Amino acid sequence: MTRFVDLTLNGISTGAIYAAAALALVIIWRSTRIVNFAQGGMLMVTTFIASALLSAGAAYWIAFVVALVSGLVFGALVERLLMRHLIGAPPLNAVIVAFGLLILLEAAAGMIWGNTPRSFPPAFSIRGYSVGGTRLLFAPNDTFIVLAVLASALLLALLFRRTTLGLRMRATAFAPEVARLLGVRVGGMLMLGWALASLVGSLAGVLVAPSVFVGPNQFDTILIFGFTAAVMGGLDSPVGAVVGGLVLGLALSYVGGYEGSALVTLAALVILLIVLMVRPRGLFSTPQERRV
Amino acid sequence: MSDALLQTEGLIAEYGPVRAVDGVDLTVHGGRVTAVLGANGAGKTTLLRAISGLVRARAGSVRLDGRSLAGMAVERIVRLGLSHVPEGRGVITELTTEENLLLGGLWRRRDAMPVEEIYELFPPLRERRRQPAGSLSGGERQMLSIGRALVGRPRVLLLDEPSLGLAPLVSSQIMRLVRRLATERRLAVLLVEQNARSALAVADRGIVLNLGRIVAEGDAAELIADEDLRQAYLGF
Repeated sequence: MTRFVDLTLNGISTGAIYAAAALALVIIWRSTRIVNFAQGGMLMVTTFIASALLSAGAAYWIAFVVALVSGLVFGALVERLLMRHLIGAPPLNAVIVAFGLLILLEAAAGMIWGNTPRSFPPAFSIRGYSVGGTRLLFAPNDTFIVLAVLASALLLALLFRRTTLGLRMRATAFAPEVARLLGVRVGGMLMLGWALASLVGSLAGVLVAPSVFVGPNQFDTILIFGFTAAVMGGLDSPVGAVVGGLVLGLALSYVGGYEGSALVTLAALVILLIVLMVRPRGLFSTPQERRV
Repeated sequence: MSDALLQTEGLIAEYGPVRAVDGVDLTVHGGRVTAVLGANGAGKTTLLRAISGLVRARAGSVRLDGRSLAGMAVERIVRLGLSHVPEGRGVITELTTEENLLLGGLWRRRDAMPVEEIYELFPPLRERRRQPAGSLSGGERQMLSIGRALVGRPRVLLLDEPSLGLAPLVSSQIMRLVRRLATERRLAVLLVEQNARSALAVADRGIVLNLGRIVAEGDAAELIADEDLRQAYLGF
């Protein structure tokens, strides 16, 4: 029983990180119909920046905030300098550009910071809470991870649902041409979407870094799981991304705990296949519009 | 013609490799409705898109209240008071009725028309304010897209096939409304229609396009009376 509780709590904590990675992908997919395969590279770079600051003696929270802000700027730059030029081009172009950026970033990071993974400190203690004499596999740092991801998801939801800026962003995502005809500055909205997505990605990066270490290729699996979670949620739905992340985190935690960690990646693939077979549009896909 | 709100001269625009608009001159005054008629592929939609900036004109000029729109981005042209209601109604189906309406006036900030006024103009929309626009009927969607354009208080309104796919009764309601809006709000309206009869019934003037060129123009009454023109281009 303790084992089950441990695996559940652990699943929620890792699931929150997958949820953040999934959110980063979903925000961009919603607004541009691009799966940002470069997201793993982008959050790797911002986590490296935080790591470099920490090595230089900066306080943890300074490094944390700098990572998030650099993610914001990085996302805006990628949109403005690369993706903006692909509007109207075949979808494959964006896929290839995103992959190209990923390879470029990973190679550049290796040249600057080296290929040996470095450790990264957690924000809070990783010593599990003790309940009735037993120590749980859930620590203050896990609480922080879950709260940070839920808070950012909530803030994004408020932005999208409750503000006129969010209304403009949603209009841009659903119907860019109509949005322009209504005076929405579509370019600015797309840039903001990329910036926010990359910010959430950076958050996932610093949160996961203590367990995967920081290296050019250390974040690839997070993106694969994030992508799986996003597809489970329907790729279009921020709520779906969060739920998908948590469900995937739990499922993989049980598989890893009861069957062995060698099966975890395979299990993610099987889950993805099952979701695509049973509900190809995802668990939280928006219903088809009524055609007139 | 100093009080012309919308004026094009020698406007040329392409749709893919096709020269869809081939030297169009037209003038619309405030309070007037000009119908743009012609068969499918005559260049009507491209003409509107070239005016609102969605398609970059190859040559010629578009002026709004005397000011050239050459090379301007769509969202800037909107801010000068031109509103284009695209074909297929262009309501954003994933947003609610009210969100669609609000969107039309965001750029005007506090000067936008209150959505309450739109609900008075189109009472059926009020009941559906919280529903996704995708659940509206064809006629309601048309009301919504026109209403949404009005929220930005435009001076020039471009309407692309507002009666497409609507029942005749609903379509004639929409047409009468367009007429009323033009007269009451001094809007210059460019009304693209395939249904020439119902468009000319409410328009002041009409132009007939064929292969991107104006083949006939005149007062609405003149065009209706021209038997040859009706048979050749208007199909009624």
